[in-house]
Amino acid sequence: MTGATPAQLEPTPSPSSAPSSSGGSNETDRAPRHFLGVTGSQGGELRDLLRLSDRFGEVNRRPIPKVPALRGKTVVNMFFEDSTRTRLSFDTAARRLSADVVTFSAATSSLNKGESLRDTVETVESLGADAVVVRHSSSGVPWQIASWVKRTSVINAGDGWHEHPTQALLDCYTIARSSPVLAERFGPDSDAFDFEGLKVGIVGDISHSRVARSNVAAMTALGASVTLVGPPTLLPSCLDGWPVEVSNDLDGLIGDLDVCYLLRLQRERTTEALLPTLREYRALYGLSAKRADRLKDGAIVMHPGPANLGVEIDADVTRRPCSVISAQVTNGVSVRMAVLYYFLGSGVDLVN
Amino acid sequence: MAERERSLAPPYGGVFVARTTVMDAEDVRRAIWRMAHEIIERNREVSGLVLVALQTGGVWIAEALGRVIGEVSGHDVTIGTLDVAFYRDDIGLRPVLAEAATDMPGELTGSTVVLVDDVLFTGRTIRAALNALGDYGRAKAVQLAVMVDRGHRELPIRPDYVGKNLPTRRDEMVDASPDGVVIGDVVKP
Repeated sequence: MTGATPAQLEPTPSPSSAPSSSGGSNETDRAPRHFLGVTGSQGGELRDLLRLSDRFGEVNRRPIPKVPALRGKTVVNMFFEDSTRTRLSFDTAARRLSADVVTFSAATSSLNKGESLRDTVETVESLGADAVVVRHSSSGVPWQIASWVKRTSVINAGDGWHEHPTQALLDCYTIARSSPVLAERFGPDSDAFDFEGLKVGIVGDISHSRVARSNVAAMTALGASVTLVGPPTLLPSCLDGWPVEVSNDLDGLIGDLDVCYLLRLQRERTTEALLPTLREYRALYGLSAKRADRLKDGAIVMHPGPANLGVEIDADVTRRPCSVISAQVTNGVSVRMAVLYYFLGSGVDLVN
Repeated sequence: MAERERSLAPPYGGVFVARTTVMDAEDVRRAIWRMAHEIIERNREVSGLVLVALQTGGVWIAEALGRVIGEVSGHDVTIGTLDVAFYRDDIGLRPVLAEAATDMPGELTGSTVVLVDDVLFTGRTIRAALNALGDYGRAKAVQLAVMVDRGHRELPIRPDYVGKNLPTRRDEMVDASPDGVVIGDVVKP
C-alpha cells in the first residue's frame, strides 16, 4: 500500500501532473480516479457514496432496474482469485448502468503462458477499458496496477488480506438501512449515515480478513465503536493504530452488541494450524442458536458470505429476522453501482 | 431553489447574485393558479393525471399545482418526483450529485403525465426525463409545465404550460422560487 495518499478516494495522480497536452476539460485527458481502499477515508466521502447508493437502491426497485448512466463505458472484471458474489455483483451493477462488461478469467488467460500481470493490464487498457475491477490473492496488487494505467480507473474488489472497500461500503449501507437502533434514532430513510455510539462486534478470523480491515476503517470513520473478537491466534499480531477494542470473550460481549458481524473461517488462507479443532472454534466463537438468543432486541447479524454453516454461524440463525445476510447481497449491487458511477461518471469532484 | 443547477454550472462553487426581479410572490401564485386551470381545461379526466416533478426545482411547483387542481376539480392528483441524473447526456462532464430522490407512483401506462420543472432552458433535462419516464411504462400522453421558459433550446422541445416567457442571455441564471423569479449571474466567490 502506498503511504503517500492518505485518502484513497482522491484522484491519483493529481490532474496537474497528468501527462495531458491540451488544456480542455475533455474527460479523456483527465487522470483516472481509483477506488483502492477505505483506510484513511473521511466519513464525509463515505457518506457521499452511501447517499448515492440510496439513489441506485431506488433504481433497483423499479420495474426496469436499468439506467443509461454509463452507456458506452467498458468495465473489465479481472478476478485472479475465485469469487461468486463479488464478481456477479459487480457484473450486475455494471450492466444495470448500461456499461459493457468484459470478464477476464485468470484460469483461461495467457497468464498460463507466462504473460506478466503488467502485460495483461496494459492489454486490457489498450482494448479500451474505462475501469478494471481487480481481485487478487496478493495484497497491494490494485495499487500496483493503478500505478501502471494511464486512463483506466482501478476498483479494488479484494486484495489478499488487505482491503475490500466495496464490501465495507455495502456493510455500512446495510447497517444504516437495517439496524432498528439507527432507524429509531434517525428515521428509516435517513441519509445521516451516522453510527455514533453503535456497538459493532467483528467476530472470527480477523488476521486473514480483508473484510475486517476495510470494515474497521469504514465503520469507525462513520462513528461506530468496533470490538474485534476472536482467538488470539486469529487476531493480528499488531493492532497499533487500529481504532478498535479487542476481546477473546464473545459470551461476555454478545448482549451489548448492536451489530454482530461474523467472518468466514478462511480455511484456504490458513496455512498453519491456528485452531485446535473446528468444534472448539464453534463452541467459543460460533453464533449458535443458543448464543444468538442472547443478542439484545434490535441487534442484527451479518456475514460477508459464503458462510461455513455450523462453524461460525448456525443455519437456523441465518434464517432469523435479525439476520440481514441476504440484504447485504442485495445492497451490494446498489453500492457497486454507486462506486462505478462515482468513479466513471463524474466530470469533476462530487459536490454537495 | 436552483441550488442544484447552480452547483452544476461553471464556475463550480459559484454564488448566485440576483440582479432583476421579474415576478414577485403574488405573480408566481397567480401563474400557478392559471397553469392549474389550463391543465384541468386540457385534461378533462383529472383522475388519470400524474404530476411528475423534476428534482429539485420542480417539486414545489408540482405541489402547488396539485393543491390548486385538487381544490378546483375535487380530485386528488398523484404527484411523483424524478431525478434524471442517470439519464443525462453530459455524464462525465459534470459533477455527480446524490441528494435528489426519485419517488414515482408506480406504473404510468394509461396515465397522462405532466412533467413539472422550474426553468426550461436547453431542453436537455426534459429529454432525459422523457427517457426516464419510458422506464415506468407507456404514458397516454406527456405534457410539460414550467414556471419560466428562458429560450436557448438545443432540442425540439416546447412547453405546454408556461408561467412566464422570459428572454435571457445565455450566461445569465434564472432562479424561480415561491418568493418570485429573479434573473442574476453566477460568480466565483
